[in-house]
Amino acid sequence: MHELSLATGIVETVIRHADGRRVTSVEMRIGTLRQVVPESLDFYFGICSRDTLCEGAALEHEIIPARIRCRACGEERELTEPDFRCAACSATQVEVVAGTEFEVDSIEVTEEIANDREEMGCIAPS
Amino acid sequence: MHRTKLKVAEDALDANTTIAEANRHDFDHADVRVINLMSAPGAGKTTLLETAIPEVKARVGVLEGDVAGSMDADRIAHLHVPVVQLNTDAGFGGECHLDANMVRSALPGFELHDIDLLVIENVGNLVCPAEFRVGEDARAMICSVAEGEDKPLKYPLMFRACELVVVNKIDLIPHLDYDLEKLRHNLESVNPDAEVIECSARTGEGTEAFAQWMSSVAAREAAAV
Repeated sequence: MHELSLATGIVETVIRHADGRRVTSVEMRIGTLRQVVPESLDFYFGICSRDTLCEGAALEHEIIPARIRCRACGEERELTEPDFRCAACSATQVEVVAGTEFEVDSIEVTEEIANDREEMGCIAPS
Repeated sequence: MHRTKLKVAEDALDANTTIAEANRHDFDHADVRVINLMSAPGAGKTTLLETAIPEVKARVGVLEGDVAGSMDADRIAHLHVPVVQLNTDAGFGGECHLDANMVRSALPGFELHDIDLLVIENVGNLVCPAEFRVGEDARAMICSVAEGEDKPLKYPLMFRACELVVVNKIDLIPHLDYDLEKLRHNLESVNPDAEVIECSARTGEGTEAFAQWMSSVAAREAAAV
């Protein structure tokens, strides 16, 4: 259910960087620890981007697996379930080294001549 | 017309983080510490605050976040502490969490210089509130025994976001198939650093530990902004 809030954040971030240009695609980097459901994010992105520069843009996501490193023995492993203990030495003091990302990595925009852009009536969401 | 790829590499919630930092600056300027209190609906946030606030050794204010209604703020107002109700709805439905901007909009309702500790009672929800910093010093959550022992495994984002987990409604344990050891085990696998307080806001058992924790947050040094 938090995908609606997250999609709003994506649209705001992208519009800030698009600088008035129409956006055709958005590449996201999303860590598995953010518990994002990609289909749900796509759905809400479609809704949030209506009447904005992002309308119709493709949302692509690179899913980043969660990784933890043990502070005691240095063992690093991928986390496939929510067990943040070290698999090697059972220590509970671990650091998360990947998997919390929720980044707009890059966007693709179309370069228009100024007149075209005005006619498109591109607006940012209020 | 041609297409150009632009590198952005920016957290999609950066706008929220920027406003959260502005809130934090205002809190620090007024020497106010802030607790973001989160839980599922009905875990007992308001009841726990009603029980604990009179025991806290600091001047407390409460920001009540709810989708609708002022029932919780009315209850807190009986304690004669400053309270502001923040509703996230616009008619029916509404945001399921507080974000930094909503909190910012409510700050004029407080005389920040007249309080030492602001408790932000977030909207009841175990998912979205974990995503949005609001400028707080400490994040705490309540997990009532009625919710079962498996919640840390189902909502690791929330359980990892908090430094304190309050296990509430322990007076109900004799009536439930609930295993406190199992909860502790699950919590340790998700967030071993979390402090745990077991209590019943209804009977008052164990709530003094939460009041002490609140007092200790109020006594913390302001974090550098």
